[in-house]
Amino acid sequence: MKYILMMNCPKTGYDTFGAWPKKDIQAHIAFMNSFNKALKESGEFVAAEGLASPHEAKSVRAGKDGTPITDGVFPEAKEYLAGYWIVDVESPEQAYGIAARASAAPGPGGNPINMPIEVRQVMSGPPDEFL
Amino acid sequence: MTRPALTSRSLDTASEHLLRELAPQVLGAVIRRFRDFAAAEDAVQEAFIAAAVQWPREGFPENPRAWLIQVASRRMTDYQRSELARRRRETAAAMQIDNQTPASAFENGTEQDDTLVLLFMCCHPALTPSSAIALTLRAVGGLTTIEIANAFLVPEATMAQRISRAKQSIKASGVPFSLPTDEDRAQRLRVVLHVLYLIFNEGYTSSAGPNLQRSELSGEAIRLTRAVHKLLREDCEVAGLLALMLLTDARRAARTGPDGELIPLTKQDRTLWDLKQISEGIALLTATLPKGSVGPYQVQAAVAAVHDEAVRAEDTDWPQILALYDLLKRMSDNPMVELNHAIAAAMVYGPSAGLDLLNGLDADERLTGHHRLDAVRAHLLELAGDHQAAIAHYQTAAGRTTSLPERNYLLTQAARLRENTTGAAET
Repeated sequence: MKYILMMNCPKTGYDTFGAWPKKDIQAHIAFMNSFNKALKESGEFVAAEGLASPHEAKSVRAGKDGTPITDGVFPEAKEYLAGYWIVDVESPEQAYGIAARASAAPGPGGNPINMPIEVRQVMSGPPDEFL
Repeated sequence: MTRPALTSRSLDTASEHLLRELAPQVLGAVIRRFRDFAAAEDAVQEAFIAAAVQWPREGFPENPRAWLIQVASRRMTDYQRSELARRRRETAAAMQIDNQTPASAFENGTEQDDTLVLLFMCCHPALTPSSAIALTLRAVGGLTTIEIANAFLVPEATMAQRISRAKQSIKASGVPFSLPTDEDRAQRLRVVLHVLYLIFNEGYTSSAGPNLQRSELSGEAIRLTRAVHKLLREDCEVAGLLALMLLTDARRAARTGPDGELIPLTKQDRTLWDLKQISEGIALLTATLPKGSVGPYQVQAAVAAVHDEAVRAEDTDWPQILALYDLLKRMSDNPMVELNHAIAAAMVYGPSAGLDLLNGLDADERLTGHHRLDAVRAHLLELAGDHQAAIAHYQTAAGRTTSLPERNYLLTQAARLRENTTGAAET
């Protein structure tokens, strides 16, 4: 079964991250690299991406003739997707375990951030036989 | 290390078939010679890739099996030499590996057993189902890592890791390369059959369209089960599983619409069912059932046969299906069997009989929050004419399933009822 693990952060999160001391930023990046490597080695990795800063994000709608109308991001949004992993595991508990590891990524002073990771199942299950 | 994927082969189907048939035999011979399952498996995979490149160009060798064993053995020797060098052992030890021994020395009529031994190894109880499936497809089925990765929609590197870890677990478990002992045999064979069944289901339940490669998994499962049946003719459950696969796969073409949408059994165009598969499945069952030892796969196959024998949905012999589910219920403690039993009871005695049985299942923790309980209840409520309740349960089931085609089906059922609440109950 496949799960998506979504790492959300406040709009200011990217700026806060950029203001960390150098060694904390490096420790965080090293953690993420080795975390991804471990997922690949355990045969659980399906995909992972980090997303660019929400400051650059646009909200797009189709105009009358189908042309894109671009707006800034909805101002009321408090949290933004910063990145995600898709993992293929044998149980939801395994997915929660991986999420907890990601949540404990080191932040300022090397302390775990304990950021919330949203875990949702991907609709890739088998359908039943119906009468 | 890439042989062309399933859809674009450089070898024709007959050669491909031959190669796949030879895969476990060649692997078995190499393992017996070198006593290293993990490395032998890699070497054989390379030999098969070499064959796929060389044979179409240079023609078939006179003895394809010996050719493959020879090439794989050469790889093994190279590998062992470099391993030895790596460990800085005496190079003299490497000379003990006699790479001049002709492959014919290993052709002592054990190739048939090898297929079984390998299956037992790959379906080792210490492995998780997904590891056992991947290893079986590669070592016994002769599929490449990229083919298996495509079928399970994961990156090739992920599948390669999964296979490599599975091989390490087997190595660590210290299982000898031989058939399980008599006392373990029945239990181990059950695991083998379960893995084959899971491979079949992976393929069968995938919808058409972008997932076509997955559907080839059912063909692969049928081929492997057929091979096991050939080796264990007297085992009724092996025959039963093969019959179940054939009788189910026979309905494949009718099971989904042009856009991959699910078509329920009662609405399928039965002229699309594969009569050849149906008659083969029924013949297998007919030959097996009188032998007396009836197991769950045979009973499930018998249910599939009753459906397949009905020319129209309304001709289905539901009393017989109900009797078969009664039998199956006594054999296994599986809530999915109870659900199917409730459907059969509804078809024989009316929807309220089925709904009563479902009420009894509400307390079963294994079904708590399971979409299938809601889906079946919705179906029976619709049959009973209680469309409002049916709509609610279709929607609950849609919210709980993890299958996209199934969610679409359930939402469509609910929408149809909403728009047609005064119409007659349909299935």
